[in-house]
Amino acid sequence: MTRDDIRTAVIRFPGSNCDQDCFHASRDEMGLQTGYVWHKTDSLDGFDIVIVPGGFSYGDYLRCGAIARFSPVMQAVKRHAQEGKLVLGVCNGFQILCESHLLPGALIRNRSLRFVCEEVGLRVEKSDSPFTNACHVGDVLRMPVAHGEGCYYADDATLAELNVHGQVLLRYVDAKTGQPAAGSNPNGSREDIAGICNKEGNVFGLMPHPDRACNLRLGSDDGKRVFESMVRSLIQVAHKEEVMELAE
Amino acid sequence: MKARVTVMPKQTVLDPQGVAVRDAIHHLGLPAASEVRVGKFMEIDIDDAAAGDRAALEGRLHALCRDLLSNPVIEDYHLELDAR
Repeated sequence: MTRDDIRTAVIRFPGSNCDQDCFHASRDEMGLQTGYVWHKTDSLDGFDIVIVPGGFSYGDYLRCGAIARFSPVMQAVKRHAQEGKLVLGVCNGFQILCESHLLPGALIRNRSLRFVCEEVGLRVEKSDSPFTNACHVGDVLRMPVAHGEGCYYADDATLAELNVHGQVLLRYVDAKTGQPAAGSNPNGSREDIAGICNKEGNVFGLMPHPDRACNLRLGSDDGKRVFESMVRSLIQVAHKEEVMELAE
Repeated sequence: MKARVTVMPKQTVLDPQGVAVRDAIHHLGLPAASEVRVGKFMEIDIDDAAAGDRAALEGRLHALCRDLLSNPVIEDYHLELDAR
């Protein structure tokens, strides 16, 4: 597999509003084959990367992501994840992945009760992941956040498990110092968590928007490193599979 | 028949809305209000003729409460079903 073979699906729910950002980042900034997939579709066959974009799916009624979870396409996303393929959930997409139990925990109202819309600093906590392998541990990425309910919550036992298994990929820090500081956590999330992956490592959810940080004209292109990591990981996995086949 | 569902944030989960409402209550002259928690209340009208067996209905409603109406990670629910 080469970069040209990689196919990205961007899911569209009624109320998604970052679908075009994700599409633009994947196709125009990263040069990947990219398609939209409507939420009523029940197959994601042929796609390597599935992006669940930000927005207000189903008006965020009941709880953010609660209704999107039951749409037909989410069954396909679950199968895609079970097959070990890559799933990236951004903002509302992160909320949907948590509601779908593809990721542990939940996202609740920002501690400040305010909608936050600003650039944040993110420290990379782990680099041997399909979503961060183009970074080094300790790197500080800059990306925008825009959410009212992005405070990550999980109980103590779940948090301990996340830490033991290295599932916390990004934490909020001060962009200059790379350390937590007053005001560096925009929503009050537990342990400054900004993004986590599942135990298997192939499903990643984060509140910040890599899709809106893929071009320096937008203030940062650090989001590209998340996309670049996925590309590298897919090429590497495919290469390993080819070697295995040759060996047989 | 009516089903009434109350969904409340778990005691361990921070409820900033509740804190803001409590502060407003203090401001309005009731400093004795020590804690406020904000939840949701839902009423579901159920067509008696189509409802079928009550025990089965209750089972289905509990499943709905767990899967859709509340998120057990952050919320507890209470379900009440009218006597028929």
